[in-house]
Amino acid sequence: MANALYNAVFLDHAKNPDYKYQMDDPTFSHEGVNPSCGDELTFSVRMASDGTIEEAAFVGSGCAISQASADMMSDLMVDKTPQEAIELCELFKRMIRGEETDEDMLEEKLDEAAMLRDIAHMPARVKCAELAWRTLEEMLENNSTAGTATATVHAACDHDHDHDHLGEEA
Amino acid sequence: MLTPEQLAAIQASPFKADFPLLAKNPEIVFLDSAATAQRPEAVLAAERTFYETMNANPLRGLYRLSVEATSAIEDARAHIAKLIGAVDAAGKPQGSQIVFTRNASESLNLVAHTLPQVVNLGPGDEVVISIMEHHSNIIPWQQVCAATGANLVYLRLDDNYTITQDEIEAKIGPKAKIVSVTHVSNVLGVENDIPAIAKRAHEMGARMVVDGAQSVPHLAVDVKELGCDLLAFSAHKMGGPMGIGVLWGTSELLDAMPPFLTGGEMIDSVTETGAVWAPVPQKFEAGTQDAAGSYAFDACLTYLDGLGMEAIEERERLLATYLTDELAKLDFVEIIGPREGERHIGAVAFNVRDVHPHDVASILDMSNVCIRAGHHCAQPLLAYLGVSSTCRASVAFYNDKQDIDALVEGLTGVWQVFNG
Repeated sequence: MANALYNAVFLDHAKNPDYKYQMDDPTFSHEGVNPSCGDELTFSVRMASDGTIEEAAFVGSGCAISQASADMMSDLMVDKTPQEAIELCELFKRMIRGEETDEDMLEEKLDEAAMLRDIAHMPARVKCAELAWRTLEEMLENNSTAGTATATVHAACDHDHDHDHLGEEA
Repeated sequence: MLTPEQLAAIQASPFKADFPLLAKNPEIVFLDSAATAQRPEAVLAAERTFYETMNANPLRGLYRLSVEATSAIEDARAHIAKLIGAVDAAGKPQGSQIVFTRNASESLNLVAHTLPQVVNLGPGDEVVISIMEHHSNIIPWQQVCAATGANLVYLRLDDNYTITQDEIEAKIGPKAKIVSVTHVSNVLGVENDIPAIAKRAHEMGARMVVDGAQSVPHLAVDVKELGCDLLAFSAHKMGGPMGIGVLWGTSELLDAMPPFLTGGEMIDSVTETGAVWAPVPQKFEAGTQDAAGSYAFDACLTYLDGLGMEAIEERERLLATYLTDELAKLDFVEIIGPREGERHIGAVAFNVRDVHPHDVASILDMSNVCIRAGHHCAQPLLAYLGVSSTCRASVAFYNDKQDIDALVEGLTGVWQVFNG
């Protein structure tokens, strides 16, 4: 299953992400962290006057899955309304947890991000794949009206031992 | 570099046949024994034997089954005492110095909750640990220091991954009341000079605690040679059952330490207003213990006796040397720790250039190679070394050269996935 996951398209997103850059003057910006893996990213969006997402971008570092997932998500979110974006985040999380398996529907709605569905069989990596989506969803829910978010999403993803969350609220 | 004779000695493993999981799944390349070891058939059989032939609540029973269960636990204590050299002048194992816990973490928590009272730890006093501790030997002391006002002091490594004598003398001073250091690092695999640290600790009037979780399974450990006062380790890292831990202590210190958990089976008598503790080790064992686990750990030690700890140590040193040498040949792999293979007790940490350790572990899993990736419950060490996570391969005597060759082949595959 991991074989199918680490394919050319996935690796291109991981190694040459189109949406990984520092956005100037974003409408919202939000930080997500997996403290125990060291995955961290800051996701930013610029909202258009019609209320849709005009531009999406992220910066940060982490494993290939967290980075590729963030890039695929960014591509998907352009031109979506916040409500549509939140629904897609929910759909992605259901897919990654193995609760939604309709491949045709997933590919239609999630586009390339549907290729991450095999992570449902890699429980240790679910938090990596979800990081960007959780971060975006939380940002949009926190900012359903206006303002810049600064809270931090924490997701422990080390599975060998139990841990307290060690990150600090930004 | 190993000689041809040494390579021949580790070419195959005659021991895998003794481990049902490895025997039934020959495709699995298990290189994560530092997290938990595989269990030999003798241990699995012993768990079953206990419940089939002597199942009763130990200690309190006045009938044959309970007496047998009690004696199974006491036999296990004696065997463990013998393993770690806890014997009297006549060579008699001191089973009463063996306290059963759930794991090394619980043993260390027991110490952290009880030893400070014995040494009257207070504001301005120092607890000295090392930067290479597992979280289980850090967080309990952070809590102790927060509660008592004592200061937590870290022994640090030099560029050669060594705690030098200068560092020992600089950090362990007259304010030190407790020194608690791991014998072998669970990340770097290096062995610390516990006798030197214990000597300095005692000169300064401090008590010496040793985390033996990564050493007792791999080395012929002798508490007298270590010179420590307390030693913690886990059964599951040496082939015994999960859920059995050990705390060894000198009789004088265990007698002085107050109970940790209280309740049934740890008292001599109870009144409305107080209780008289049972003698050690029962004083520290509240509630019904995992008697079957203790019995199975005893069986594990009998199995290891058949091989001999010295022979295990020698074979694992060859395996660790081969592992380190082969990793060093890969120009895209960076070893985190000493390059000298013989300095690695079981574990070697490394990273694949520009590939996150979790991706390395996931791709290796495609070829059934099991390694650990992450911070290994040693975040302060990784921060000190300037890395956020690493891969870690670790060997036990049941591994062989073919396991390590499979890892190397898998790592080459990882590199090709990311670099074409």
